[in-house]
Amino acid sequence: MWVYEKKLQYPVRIKNPNPKMAKYIITQYGGPDGELAASLRYLSQRYHMPIPEAKAVLNDIGTEELAHFEMVGAMVYQLMKGACPEEIKMADVGTYFADHDNAVYPSTGTGVPFTAAYIQSKGDPIADLHEDLAAEQKARATYENLIKLADDPDVIDPLRFLREREIVHFQRFGEVLQKVREYMESKKYF
Amino acid sequence: MNHAHADNERRELLDQIRAIEFMTIDLNLYLDTHPNDRRALNEYNYYTRQLQALRKEYEMRYGPLTNFGYSLSQYPWAWINEPWPWEEDHYMEGC
Ligand SMILES: [Fe+2]
Repeated sequence: MWVYEKKLQYPVRIKNPNPKMAKYIITQYGGPDGELAASLRYLSQRYHMPIPEAKAVLNDIGTEELAHFEMVGAMVYQLMKGACPEEIKMADVGTYFADHDNAVYPSTGTGVPFTAAYIQSKGDPIADLHEDLAAEQKARATYENLIKLADDPDVIDPLRFLREREIVHFQRFGEVLQKVREYMESKKYF
Repeated sequence: MNHAHADNERRELLDQIRAIEFMTIDLNLYLDTHPNDRRALNEYNYYTRQLQALRKEYEMRYGPLTNFGYSLSQYPWAWINEPWPWEEDHYMEGC
């Protein structure tokens, strides 16, 4: 069961529309290393985790990623809102605009729709946790690219927050991997 | 009290809630892999108490932060009141 909290995890208050930046950022909404993929990955993999610490971490990080999914959606929404058709044309987001107007749709910046093919749920905790560690690094790298592309502090600030969280998640997954390994070793010799 | 002022106060309280909640989220993840760290656990409980008090204050002034039986509502049903979280914005209209 999930309960919705009527607030963002970190504030998103973007004053100036910028459809081009929306086009860059939307990949973290519905792209391969985005927040939706992250959340679905961890929440699907948690069923096969062998120890309580691992179940808790996948459950809780999977939940936090949903809050990030919402933050990125809010960024795209606010960046697209109030943009004129002229700006949209100039920013080269016409192809997205034609399909979705300025709505928020889970896709990459080039319009590739979200797919579960971005994630795996292997039933092998060691394999899954390695994927999770890589996923956090890829998300961190994407946020760093986005920060380089941004010049508005209203945009950079939440991107920095999201980048920091990936680093913390990576740390926790590393600890879980270690504990799962120890558990599996201990089982072998019994 | 004008509308913009009231809205600023609401935002300030919300930011305070977010800051404390951040501590509880971060400590929660840490405790998931360090369940025997008593110091972290005490901190978690300390911030959780603060968060509960702040949430209560916010909800009394501005309406429910959660639904599905986690918060009471005054009449009329206050859950639908705007702004929604993604509308925490103040725009300079583009066109
Ligand atoms: Fe993450």
